[in-house]
Amino acid sequence: MNHLKMICQGIFILVIGTLISSTSVLAAKDSLTMGMVLEPTHLDPTAGAAAAIDEVVYANVFEGLTRINRSGEVKPALAKSWEISADKTIYTFHLHQGVKFHDGSEFDAEDVVFSLNRAKADDSVNAQKVLFKPIKSVESKGKFSVAVTLFQPTGSFLFNMGWGDAVMVDQASADKNKSNPVGTGPFKFKRWVKGDRIELIKSPGYWGEPAKLNMATFKIIPDPAAAVSAMMAEDVDAFANFPAPESVAQFKSDHRFKVVIGSTEGETILSTNNKKGPFQDLRVRQAIAHALDRQAIIDGAMFGFGTPIGTHFSPHHPAYKDFTGKFPYDLNKAKKLLAEAGYPDGFNATIKLPPPSYARRGGEIIASQLAKIGIKLEIIPVEWAQWIDQVFKNKDYDLTIVSHTEPMDIGIYARKDYYFNYDNPKIQALMVELDATVETGKRYQLLGEAQQIVSDDCVNGFLFQLAKYGIWNKNIAGLWENSPVQANDLTEVYWIK
Amino acid sequence: MRVFLFKRIITMALTLLVATAVVFIALEVLPGDPASVMLGINAEPDTLAALRAELGLDRPVHIRYFSWLGDLLQGNLGISYTYDVPVLELITERITVSFPLALFAIILSTAIAIPFGIIAASFHTRPLDFFVMTFSQLGIAIPNFWFALLLIILFSISLRLLPAGGFAGWDEGLIPALTSLILPTIALALPQSAILARVTRSALLEVLKEDYIRTAQAKGSGRWRTMWRHALRNAMIPVVTIMGLQFSFLLAGTIIIENVFYLPGIGRLIFQAVAQRDLIVVKNLVILLAATVIIINFVVDVLYAVIDPRLRGGNDV
Repeated sequence: MNHLKMICQGIFILVIGTLISSTSVLAAKDSLTMGMVLEPTHLDPTAGAAAAIDEVVYANVFEGLTRINRSGEVKPALAKSWEISADKTIYTFHLHQGVKFHDGSEFDAEDVVFSLNRAKADDSVNAQKVLFKPIKSVESKGKFSVAVTLFQPTGSFLFNMGWGDAVMVDQASADKNKSNPVGTGPFKFKRWVKGDRIELIKSPGYWGEPAKLNMATFKIIPDPAAAVSAMMAEDVDAFANFPAPESVAQFKSDHRFKVVIGSTEGETILSTNNKKGPFQDLRVRQAIAHALDRQAIIDGAMFGFGTPIGTHFSPHHPAYKDFTGKFPYDLNKAKKLLAEAGYPDGFNATIKLPPPSYARRGGEIIASQLAKIGIKLEIIPVEWAQWIDQVFKNKDYDLTIVSHTEPMDIGIYARKDYYFNYDNPKIQALMVELDATVETGKRYQLLGEAQQIVSDDCVNGFLFQLAKYGIWNKNIAGLWENSPVQANDLTEVYWIK
Repeated sequence: MRVFLFKRIITMALTLLVATAVVFIALEVLPGDPASVMLGINAEPDTLAALRAELGLDRPVHIRYFSWLGDLLQGNLGISYTYDVPVLELITERITVSFPLALFAIILSTAIAIPFGIIAASFHTRPLDFFVMTFSQLGIAIPNFWFALLLIILFSISLRLLPAGGFAGWDEGLIPALTSLILPTIALALPQSAILARVTRSALLEVLKEDYIRTAQAKGSGRWRTMWRHALRNAMIPVVTIMGLQFSFLLAGTIIIENVFYLPGIGRLIFQAVAQRDLIVVKNLVILLAATVIIINFVVDVLYAVIDPRLRGGNDV
C-alpha cells in the first residue's frame, strides 16, 4: 500500500514537473529574472540607505537630473543640458520636454523644485542629506528650466545629483513611493510579492530610448547556498552580485553561464580607532601596515577575488594612485616600529567583526597575521545593528573591518567626528579646496594628494577593493560589469537569443 | 470540564501577558537603534531624530509598552518600520505560505509515520522492523536543511522537475503555488515522520504487552482487528503529544527551510525583521507564535480527552 502511494506521488511530481517545464519553454525571451540577496525595505530611494532599493529602482524606475553610467561618469538624464555660472554657484538645468511620470502626470520644473526642496528640508528622512547641504535655493525659470543656487562652489554637485537619493519624484505620488514607486524611468513598477519578488514592466510612453526587456523580476534569495541552487536550476537568469564566491569556480566551468568579476566602490579596510591606546601612535599603525599580507587575505577570505589597495580609493577610477608598495609585507620592520613605539612585546586589542564574510573570514586571517608581531586580537563578532551602534556611533572599538561602498567617499577622512577618530587639518583643508574645484584635472590632482595623506598616515589598514561577482546566462547582454553606483541598470539589457 | 476550560483560559491569558513583557524587555535590551539601521552610516543626526519621532521611538519606555498592549488588545498591530505597511497585512501574507507548509508537512509525516510504526510494531524483531527502524534512525540523523539541499540537487538541478525555491503566490493559481511547496514539505516532513514512526512503534509495543490485548486475542479477535480496535487507540496519547510538539516545532523549523527554499513565510519574516530591527514586526510575530504554541497545547489536551474517555470530565484534571 505504501509502495502504491510512493508510486502515485512519483507520478504526481512527474506530471507537475512536465507542466512547469513546458510553460517555461514557451515563455518568450524578453523577460529577465535577476536574483538579489537583500530585499529592499521599501522602494523609495529618497528615504532609505539600503543599497537594495537602488538595486531595483535606480535608472529603471526613477531618474535624476543626471545619471551615473556603467563606467562611473556623470551623464545627462532628465536634464538634457546645464550651464554653470562664472562663480560656479548657480547651475541652470534645462529639462527634457514631454517626460511623463508613470501615473501620467507631466514632469516639469516644479517637480525639480519639489524634489530637491523635499530632500533638503528639515524634516527630510533622506539618508544622504549631506548631498543636498550645498543647495541654497531652487527656482524654476520657466516650465522646463531650473536654477539651483549653491552656498559655495561644489565640485561634486553634478555627480551628487546622479545618486539614487537625488531622483525626481512627483508631489502627488511622493508619499506613496515606498510601496508604489512612481518615477519617469523606462520601467514601471508592477507588483511586489513581499519576501519573494518585485516585478517591473516596460513603460510604454518612455521619453528616451525604450527598454529592450518587456519585464524584469527581482527575485529575493538571501541564502548563498540557495542562490547557487537557483542559478544551477536556472530559476533565475542572472545574479549581478553573487553571494557565494566559493562557488564561482563551479559556474566558470559550466558552459551555460558567464562569470564576470568586476569592481565595486567598496574599499575594504581595517578601520582603526586613531584616538585609542597604542593606535594613536603613527609607528604602531605603520607596523600594522607592514604586517598585513593583503594577497593572503584576499586568497583566504575572498577566494582570490579582490584588488589590493594602498589607500582609500577605487583602483578603476582615473584619479587612483597605487600605494600598495609603500608598506611592503615585512615582519622585521613591523616589529622594529612597534619596539620604537614602546611595545617590543606587542599588546592586546579587540577587533569587532560585522556579519559579511569579508569581515568574519578576513578578521581571522588578520588576527593571525598581527599575532606574528605580538598584537593579540580578541575577535568579537557583532551584528550590523550593534556595529552601527557601538563602532560607528559610539566609537567603542579598537579595530574593525568594513567595506566602505559609497562612491568617491575619501571625504570621510576630513570629518574629524567620523568613527576613525582621525583629525588632520591638512586633509580637511584639501577637501574644502576640492569642494570648490570644478575643473576635472585639478580635482584629480587634489584627490591624488588626499590619497597620499591618508596612505602616509596609515589611518586605517587598507586591504582590498571588494569584487563584484556577476554570474548570468551567457545569452544575456548589457548588464553592468562593474558597479560604480549600487544599481542594476537594466535599460540596455537584452537576450542575444 | 467547564471549570477546567475557564482555568485554562485564564492561565493562557496570564502566560501571554508575561510573554509580552519578556518580549518587550528583550527587544529594549537588544542593541541597535532601528532608525540608524534604516538610514545607514551617512545619516545626519537631525534626520535620525526626525525618523525616530516618526516611528514613535522618542517616547518613554513604559508608555510605549502600555500603548503596545492596548494596540494588541484592539487587534492593531501597527505599521512595519521597514516595509511601511500594516504589520497585520504582512503577517497575513506570510501565513498563507507558512501555515499550509506546516500543515502539509504534519499531514505527510503522519501519513508516513503511523503505517510504518504499525508495521514495525507488528513485525517486531523481524527484518521489516529492522528495516523501518534503520531508515527512521537515518531520518532522525539527517538535518532537514541538508536533506533539503539533496532534494534540490536531485529534483531541481539534475531532473529540472521542480523549482529550487521561491513561492509563486496563490494568485498565480493552485498548481504553481502547490508545486513551490512540494520539496519544502518533503524536506520538513520526512525527518519528522522518522521521529513519529519510532514513537508510534514503541507506544504500540508497550500496549501490546497489556493483558487486555491477550484477552482480545483469546476471544478470537484477529491480528489487525486487535491492532486497530484495542492497541492503536491506547497508543495514541504519546503520539498525539509528539505531534503537538512537532507542530510548534514545525512553525519554528520553517525558519531554516524557508531560508533554504527562499520562501516568503513567517520564519523568514522574523529572521529578517530581527536583522533589520523592525521591532514592531518582531514583537508582534513572537507574541503570535507564543499564542499559537499555547493554543496548540490546549488543543492537544482536549484531544487527550477525545482519545481516552477516562480523561473526560474527571475532577483530577
